[in-house]
Amino acid sequence: MATELLMPALSPTMEEGTLAKWLVKEGDTVTSGDIIAEIETDKATMEFEAVDEGVVGKILVAEGTEGVKVNDVIAILVEEGESVDDLAAPAAAPTATAEAPAAEAPAPAPAKAAAPVEVVSKASADWPEGTEMKTQTVREALRDAMSEEMRRDENVFIMGEEVAEYQGAYKITQGMLDEFGSKRVIDTPITEHGFAGIATGAAFGGLKPIVEFMTFNFAMQAIDQIINSAAKTLYMSGGQMGAPMVFRGPNGAAARVGAQHSQDYAAWYAQIPGLKVVMPYSAADYKGLMKTAIRDPNPVIFLENEILYGRSFEVPALEDFTIPFGKARIWREGTDVTIVSFGIGMQYALEAADKLAEEGISAEVIDLRTLRPIDYDTVLASVMKTNRCVTVEEGFPVGSIGNHISATIMQRAFDYLDAPVINCAGKDVPMPYAANLEKLALVTTDEVIAAVKEVTYR
Amino acid sequence: MAPRKPASKAASPANVSKDELLAYYKDMLLIRRFEEKAGQLYGMGLIGGFCHLYIGQEAVVVGLEAAAKEGDKRITSYRDHGHMLACGMDPKGVMAELTGREGGYSKGKGGSMHMFSKEKHFYGGHGIVGAQVPLGAGLAFSDKYRGNDNVTFTYFGDGAANQGQVAETYNMAEIWDLPVVFVIENNQYAMGTSTQRSTKSPSYWVRGNAYGIEGEEVDGMDVLAVKDAGERAVAHCRAGKGPYILEIKTYRYRGHSMSDPAKYRTREEVQKMREERDPIEAVRSILLTGNHATEDDLKTIDKEIKSVVNAAAEFAKESPEPALEELWTDIYADEIPPHNA
Repeated sequence: MATELLMPALSPTMEEGTLAKWLVKEGDTVTSGDIIAEIETDKATMEFEAVDEGVVGKILVAEGTEGVKVNDVIAILVEEGESVDDLAAPAAAPTATAEAPAAEAPAPAPAKAAAPVEVVSKASADWPEGTEMKTQTVREALRDAMSEEMRRDENVFIMGEEVAEYQGAYKITQGMLDEFGSKRVIDTPITEHGFAGIATGAAFGGLKPIVEFMTFNFAMQAIDQIINSAAKTLYMSGGQMGAPMVFRGPNGAAARVGAQHSQDYAAWYAQIPGLKVVMPYSAADYKGLMKTAIRDPNPVIFLENEILYGRSFEVPALEDFTIPFGKARIWREGTDVTIVSFGIGMQYALEAADKLAEEGISAEVIDLRTLRPIDYDTVLASVMKTNRCVTVEEGFPVGSIGNHISATIMQRAFDYLDAPVINCAGKDVPMPYAANLEKLALVTTDEVIAAVKEVTYR
Repeated sequence: MAPRKPASKAASPANVSKDELLAYYKDMLLIRRFEEKAGQLYGMGLIGGFCHLYIGQEAVVVGLEAAAKEGDKRITSYRDHGHMLACGMDPKGVMAELTGREGGYSKGKGGSMHMFSKEKHFYGGHGIVGAQVPLGAGLAFSDKYRGNDNVTFTYFGDGAANQGQVAETYNMAEIWDLPVVFVIENNQYAMGTSTQRSTKSPSYWVRGNAYGIEGEEVDGMDVLAVKDAGERAVAHCRAGKGPYILEIKTYRYRGHSMSDPAKYRTREEVQKMREERDPIEAVRSILLTGNHATEDDLKTIDKEIKSVVNAAAEFAKESPEPALEELWTDIYADEIPPHNA
C-alpha cells in the first residue's frame, strides 16, 4: 500500500513553499521521525519529518522547486518489496514540479504573488519620474531599510525576541546578526515589559533603539513603558529628553491564530500624543517610512502585517530613499467616491475599486500610510471632489480610525457630503478561530463594495 | 557567587575627613529643610496634586552621591526631591516645578513626580511604581554600548521591588552585565502596607541571587555606611562585573503623600526612629564629638541652608505660570500639528 507524502503547511500563513532539499533518495528506507526534506517557508527553513514507515518509491517534486502548494503530493512511500511501477498511476498530479514552476499556477497565492501588485494610476510623488524600480517583498524592504540605517548610524540597534540567532521569527532580521554582530542585534528573553523599558531607557541615554515585538499583541505587556515612559517624557521634562526609537512588529490578524494573536492596534496608539504611528501597505512605503521612523527624534509605532511580509511590490532602486510622515498616497484617482484606508485594509480598498470600475463607479483610493500625523488635507480635498467617503480598516469598529476620519470630514467638509460616511471595519467580536467565522469577523472586499454602493445610492 | 553578608557594621568615621562630614551634613540638611518647606507650601495650596516627601531618608541619596563620579546617571520614582538636590540640581528650579511655574525644571509641565535634568544626568522622577527600573537598566545599557565606565543608580522602593518588571530587569541586567546599581530604598512601608504584609521574603536584596546578582543590605540611617556600600557597588559595576543590589534600610518620617491617614503605624514607632536613628543628628554628633565643628559653626550652616530654601520658595512663588502656548510645546521633538490645534 503506497502512502502519499504531501507538502506540509508549516506556518499559519503558508500557502506554498520551496522544497529546498531532499535528505533521502528513491529506494531509501524511512521510519517515522526521520527527517526527509528541508522546506523553506515565508518564515523559515524547516525540517520535514516522516510520519509513516516505508521505502521512498518516487520523488515527485525535485529539490529546489519553488512555489510548491500546500497538500501537493511531493513523494510516494511504498512498502518493502513493493515497486512504484506496480502502482496503477500516481494518486494525484503535482501542480508544481521543477519542470512546471509555480508561476504557471492558476491563482497566485497571496503569500508570494508572482507579479507585483502595483496598480497605481497616479504617478507617485515619492520618487522622481523615471526612477529605476526593482521588485521586492515587504520583508526585504524592511530588512534593507533597517540595515541601511544601521550602517548610517552607529547608535541604531535592534532588540527583541529571536531577532538574532533565530534570524527573526518572521525572518525580517535575517542576516543582520552576521553583518552587525551581537552588540547591535540583540536577542532578549521573553520579557516584553522589561525590554521595552530597557530600550526606552537606552533612548533616554541617547541611543536609537529599534524594538521588535514578535507581534503587537505581546506589546500589551509593554504598553505602560511605550506610553507612560516613551511617549510622555519629552513633555514631562519640558523638552529636555525624549525617546528617539521605533517599536515595530506585525499587527492585526494573520490567519487562524485566534483572538489573542489577531488584534489591530492602529486606533489605540493613534490616540496618544507624543507617539508617531505608521501603518504602511506597499513595500516601497515600508522601506521609505521605516528609514524615516529610525531617523525620527520621537518614539514611532510601526505597525506591520504578517500577511503582507511575503508580498512583492515595486520599490525604487534609490541609494537613500525616504518617505515623509503625514503624507497620504493616492493610489488611484476617481470621481464618484473616496475610499480611505491604510495597511492591509488597502488590499480590500483596491480590490473593491477594481470591481467597482467594472460597474462604472469611479473610486479614488487613498492610503493614509501614517496615522499620527494624519494627512487630513488629502482626504478632505478628495471628499470635496467626490462628495462621498468610505473608510476601510481591520480593527474594531468602536473608536476606530474611520470614526475619527468621519468626524473630521463632518466638521470640516459637511456641506460637501452627499451621503453619510460609512466605516468598514472588523466586527465587534474577539477573533474566532474557525475559518468561516474568522472570515466573517474580518472586513471584506464585498463589504467595501456594498458600502460604496450605499453612499453612491446605486 | 555567594551572597554577601549584610554590611550592618557602622562605618568608622575615623577615616572620613572633616570636609566630607560637613558636606554630608549640609546636603542632608538641605533636603530636610527643603522638604519641610515643600510641605508648608502644599498646606498653603501653592503645590497641588501629589507630593511625596523624603524626610528621614536623606542619608541614602547623600551617601550614594558621594560614591558617584561625573557622567554617572540616576533615576528614581516619584519620591524624587531628595535625589535632585543631592545630585546638584538647583533648589529654585525644583521648588518652582512643585508650584507648577515657568521656572521649574520641566517648565511647570511635570510637577513633583516628573522632573529631569539632562545637565545633572538625572533621568526622572517617574510616577509609575517600578517603571524606572528597566529605564535605569536601559541608561546603563547606553553607557555599556558606548564603552565608558559610567554607572546608573536606579532607585526604587520596597513596594516597587514586588513589581514583575523589576524581576525582568534583574534578569536582563545580569545577562548583559549592565553597569547598574539597583538601590532598594526599603522604608518599610509601600504606601500603607508594611513589608511584613506584602512579602514573605526575609529581605529584598537576596532576590538578586536568583538571577546571579550580588548585593548587600545597608544601614540607610548611617550616611557613612551608605557611602561605603555605594563605593563597593560602583567598583563592581565599573569593573564590568554587571549589576549590584543595595537594599538600604531607611525610614520615612512623613506620610506616603500629603493626605496620609497614618493609621498603619504608631506615632511611637515614628518618634523612636526620629529620636534614635536620625541620619542628620548622627553626623551632627560626629562633627561635634570629633571637634570638627562647634555648635556655632553648625548654627551658621543651618542659617545658610534656611536662606537657600527660603530663596527657593520665594522664586517658586514669584515665577510666573507657564505661558498658555506651552500647552502645545514639547509633545514632539520636531513639532507636528496636534489633532485639534
